[in-house]
Amino acid sequence: MPDSNGYFAGIDVGSTTTKAVIVDAGGELQAAAVARSGADFERAALRTLEDALEIAGIPRSRIGRIVSTGYGRRNVPFADDRRTEIACHARGAFESARRAVTVVDVGGQDSKMIVLDDAGARLRFRMNRKCAAGTGAFLEEMARRLDVPIEALDALARHSTRTVSLGSFCTVFAATEVLAKIRAGEKPEDLAHAALRSVARQATEGESVAGPVIATGGVAEHLPIFAEILAEVLQTTVEVPAHAQACGAYGAALVARDGPTTDEPDPR
Amino acid sequence: MAEGPRIAATQALKDLMEGRFRSLDAASRDPERRVAWCTSVGPVELLLAFGFEVYFPENHGAMLGATRKANQYIPRAIAEGYSPDICSYLTSDVGAFLAGETPLADAYGLAGVPKPDVLVYNTNQCRDVQDWFSFYGRRWGLPVLGIQTHRGVGEVTDAHVDSVALQIEALCEPLGKIAGHPLDHARLEGVVDASRETSRLWRAVLETGAHRPSALSFFDGAIHMGPAVIARATQEANDYYRILLDELSGRVEKGLGAVPGERYRLYWEGMPVWGRLRALSSLFLELKACVVASTYCNSWVFEALDPKDPFRSMARAAVELFIVRSEDEKEKTLAEMVRRYDVDGIIFHDAKTCPNNSNSRYGMPGRLSKKLGIPTLTFQGDVNDLRLYSDEQTVTNIEAFVEQLADRPHA
Repeated sequence: MPDSNGYFAGIDVGSTTTKAVIVDAGGELQAAAVARSGADFERAALRTLEDALEIAGIPRSRIGRIVSTGYGRRNVPFADDRRTEIACHARGAFESARRAVTVVDVGGQDSKMIVLDDAGARLRFRMNRKCAAGTGAFLEEMARRLDVPIEALDALARHSTRTVSLGSFCTVFAATEVLAKIRAGEKPEDLAHAALRSVARQATEGESVAGPVIATGGVAEHLPIFAEILAEVLQTTVEVPAHAQACGAYGAALVARDGPTTDEPDPR
Repeated sequence: MAEGPRIAATQALKDLMEGRFRSLDAASRDPERRVAWCTSVGPVELLLAFGFEVYFPENHGAMLGATRKANQYIPRAIAEGYSPDICSYLTSDVGAFLAGETPLADAYGLAGVPKPDVLVYNTNQCRDVQDWFSFYGRRWGLPVLGIQTHRGVGEVTDAHVDSVALQIEALCEPLGKIAGHPLDHARLEGVVDASRETSRLWRAVLETGAHRPSALSFFDGAIHMGPAVIARATQEANDYYRILLDELSGRVEKGLGAVPGERYRLYWEGMPVWGRLRALSSLFLELKACVVASTYCNSWVFEALDPKDPFRSMARAAVELFIVRSEDEKEKTLAEMVRRYDVDGIIFHDAKTCPNNSNSRYGMPGRLSKKLGIPTLTFQGDVNDLRLYSDEQTVTNIEAFVEQLADRPHA
């Protein structure tokens, strides 16, 4: 730990949003900020860090170390180190779980499942295949087809009374499937529920889940019904940590606090 | 991009490859000489014994991938009725032919691919090679000859070997007519002997990867395997591998690795992503992870070849090939490679258009991980079609995999 009196920052530059988290030397979360990533990742990272600093009420000079993560992790030149979002979501989720768990992270354009042992070590992980199935992008498209803002999917899905299945995992084909079902008289609330269940299934296919699940990412934070559907699909308990969307940034901040280790891959 | 230590023999490799293609080009223009196209693990020794100059379309496919021109040509083949889901070597090669273009033009000054007198395949690679060669056979009205090798082979039996040996022998009559003379058996024995020597040398080259640090990486191997594929059984290939082996043995003696500061040793299962060979090589260099061995590079080691029994030993080599073996046999081979090369983890490339060279689809990664106690990673990509490959997804997967190795308690 380079500065036991200082603070540490993690910045997760995701495909849709950028998240910054500041923790103190004890690993306690002091502030979290979220902003759109846009097209300038470096600027988004800087702006989000500044927002988090403002929330925490501390100057930048008190940040001992910064770790970047996410798709734009290489676009944060002021970071001291970088880690993949797999490592950081695992680290952040384990901090709240403190037991063997499976992390299910559904982000804007990817999803991942990470199996952790009771010490937080990664046993294995799996990302979505090369398409939007099981990601926030799929839900954005479904919301557009249902003509509602994505945030409204939660309330809409809660009024679902009938189980409707979306068979296609391809976003474009699923969108046409939704149109066909609308024409056939299916209700938007049932289709919203079907879209969320599709994401839950697609994000978790290919990995057997034996224990509790921690759901992270923007979908879990902003659409609480997603965790309920995920629990139903996986037949297990699903917890959503505070600041689920910023879990990767939180993990990165914890990695920053832990300091460099001799075995770090340091891929820069 | 990070670059590893340069292999000095590379210039000799370039000279050899250029010489081969210029010779092929000259042969295809000379009415007195004969050119055969052959699949990369086809009966090349027989063709050489008949005096054919041999051209390997799979090598051309790899060139199209490595030069990142494949996606320019694949749509041409699709428009001809070939599915985008079949072998992207086939679709890029056929597409390039339809466009009248070839990377051989820029690389070696050839006007086009050397036109053959006959096309000879062995389905031990896949069924696609038969359809691939048939395209050209129909186009040019040329004979397409083939060998059908068994698939899912567990223990290799005499029945397997007899079957393939008879098929190879049956090629002699039609090949003799095209060549204009019967087979010279003594010459065949000499070619098989030379081919066995190529295999011995190539295997010795690959085994320098078993040292710590590894003297070469999979990415070096994917380049330097050229002569083992397109020039095996020739004096120049064997001379070349002696030069390369000397150099790599020198690295072993001096403790020099292909990846400076090697921390992690990985195995690559599946095809290369030809259009990202350099980028991936650079990524592994940065991560201080060396891909020390691969199924792919070892696929041109034919230990069964025996000049005293040419037909049966060629047949045995074709049937012992990893790609035609049963899932259990493949699993045993991979486990042995992991032990021999002291590997920390296995990367499986699930190549969309190359199912026969993608061994992650029937539970193999999970079984091996459990059996060997090492992690595995499977990433989706393709041999040539970069539309089926995501740079970001793959880089994140590989980085996360190496992070996972770094986080091991004993790391």
